[in-house]
Amino acid sequence: MIEVNNLHKSFGDTKILKGISTSFDKGKTNLIIGQSGSGKTVFLKCLLGLFTYEEGSISYDGKIFSELSEDQKRDLRAEIGMVFQGSALFDSMTIAENVMFPLQMFTKMSKSEMEDRADIVLKRVNLPDAHNKMPSEASGGMQKRVAIARAIVNNPKYLFCDEPNSGLDPKTAIVIDNLIQEITDEYQIVTVINSHDMNSVMEIGEKIVFLRNGLKAWEGSKANIFKTDNESVTDFVYSSNLFKKVRQMYIEENE
Amino acid sequence: MKYLHNIGRYFLMIAEMFRKPTKWSVMRSLILKDIDDLIISSLGIIAFISFFVGGVVTIQTALNIDNPLIPKYLVGFATRQSVLLEFAPTFTSIIMAGKVGSFITSSIGTMRVTEQIDALEVMGINSLNYLIFPKAIALMLYPFAIAIGMFLGILGGMAASVFGGYSTLTDYISGIQYEFDTFHVTYAFIKTFVFAFILATVPSFYGYYMKGGALEVGKASTTAFVWTSVVIILLNYIITGMLLG
Ligand SMILES: Nc1ncnc2c1ncn2[C@@H]1O[C@H](COP(=O)(O)OP(=O)(O)OP(=O)(O)O)[C@@H](O)[C@H]1O
Ligand SMILES: [Mg+2]
Repeated sequence: MIEVNNLHKSFGDTKILKGISTSFDKGKTNLIIGQSGSGKTVFLKCLLGLFTYEEGSISYDGKIFSELSEDQKRDLRAEIGMVFQGSALFDSMTIAENVMFPLQMFTKMSKSEMEDRADIVLKRVNLPDAHNKMPSEASGGMQKRVAIARAIVNNPKYLFCDEPNSGLDPKTAIVIDNLIQEITDEYQIVTVINSHDMNSVMEIGEKIVFLRNGLKAWEGSKANIFKTDNESVTDFVYSSNLFKKVRQMYIEENE
Repeated sequence: MKYLHNIGRYFLMIAEMFRKPTKWSVMRSLILKDIDDLIISSLGIIAFISFFVGGVVTIQTALNIDNPLIPKYLVGFATRQSVLLEFAPTFTSIIMAGKVGSFITSSIGTMRVTEQIDALEVMGINSLNYLIFPKAIALMLYPFAIAIGMFLGILGGMAASVFGGYSTLTDYISGIQYEFDTFHVTYAFIKTFVFAFILATVPSFYGYYMKGGALEVGKASTTAFVWTSVVIILLNYIITGMLLG
């Protein structure tokens, strides 16, 4: 379980996060949603310790992150998988090498074991024959899927995804969402996903944290996001006509 | 104030670079790749510059000696001294600050802006060790490149003096053997080792700690070149004062 308590973060004089508290359970897909610029990426990077913050605490299964030594932090991070918003693939390596990289660094697997494992995860993200391409030769959506494969290859205990399906077509997006949910459940991972895609919210939003103006404006699950009267949530969720219709139908059905 | 801050951060970076080393099997291939990128690929330009600068030094010296009392072997002697003591170690290093330095700053800087360094850190890898240590080790071969430069510089001087008619082959050869002090070679190589470390670490520092996007990568490369050169020139002064002064 990851617990966040009263997290404050600013850049210079601009306050981005103004006191956020929440927790993320294992085996569940936790979604952070909010408008572009609402601080989702900053929040995730604070969780990972890539950004320092002024106030608050973050703990991983009871271990307070800021109190760990550099070496302990690195040991913890070896159990973390992260999908960056811009994929962050190593551009000097092929796709297969990117995926095998965590195995090479942290396991004693032989070359052929690593290749087998890479095969499995690349198939799982629907990239069965891109092994020898360089990241620069892959499309944005392919890069995203490679980044996901790299994040899950070493069976992480914690998985963070910053907009894992932005830039993907709706079909692949759903495949990726379901994949993330499946492995979260299968390996009992603590998964935290940044998203502004309502489709993902409805597919896999087991816990949803809604950020707005640096605060947690709402928290709940996909089952009750339709029912809430919280104006900032409805504003965000029903900004598209499709979802306005969906809500209409939902309300009519339940009358 | 900002300079002091940066100097402090530079030394912290060096210390951190040696902590939590990367697995040897991975490190070995990183080192080999950096030897290729930084040393092997620079040999051509080092050879070219050394040969012609050696030639020019010889011609300049010969043209400036019109006093018949000055012995003929002086041309070879002057070429040897300037190539060995300054042109090969210092002058070449300034050029390498441009070539190797901007390569290092821009490749590490690009990794910074595309979050590849964050990706390494999030995996629990000491990114300073992973990125900078192999470059520092690869550049320990830099003195070999400079040795080649010294040889070619003196050879270039010989070609220029013989083919240009400034001195005879025998005079030139006795000149380059005249009053040979082996400590000068030691001094030159001590300098070269220090410069090699600077060439690996100062550009890395500017790439690693850069902020911003692609535009800033370019700016960081320029800043790195300026500071690498300044540090090399200053250290050259200090080392020369200490060892020869
Ligand atoms: N390194 C930084 N330095 C200064 N300001 C930053 C930095 N990173 C983010 N910000 C600011 O923090 C705010 C939140 O940015 P963030 O990237 O977290 O948004 P986001 O919710 O992830 O948006 P998106 O959905 O577009 O990815 C923005 O106003 C941004 O300008
Ligand atoms: Mg973001």
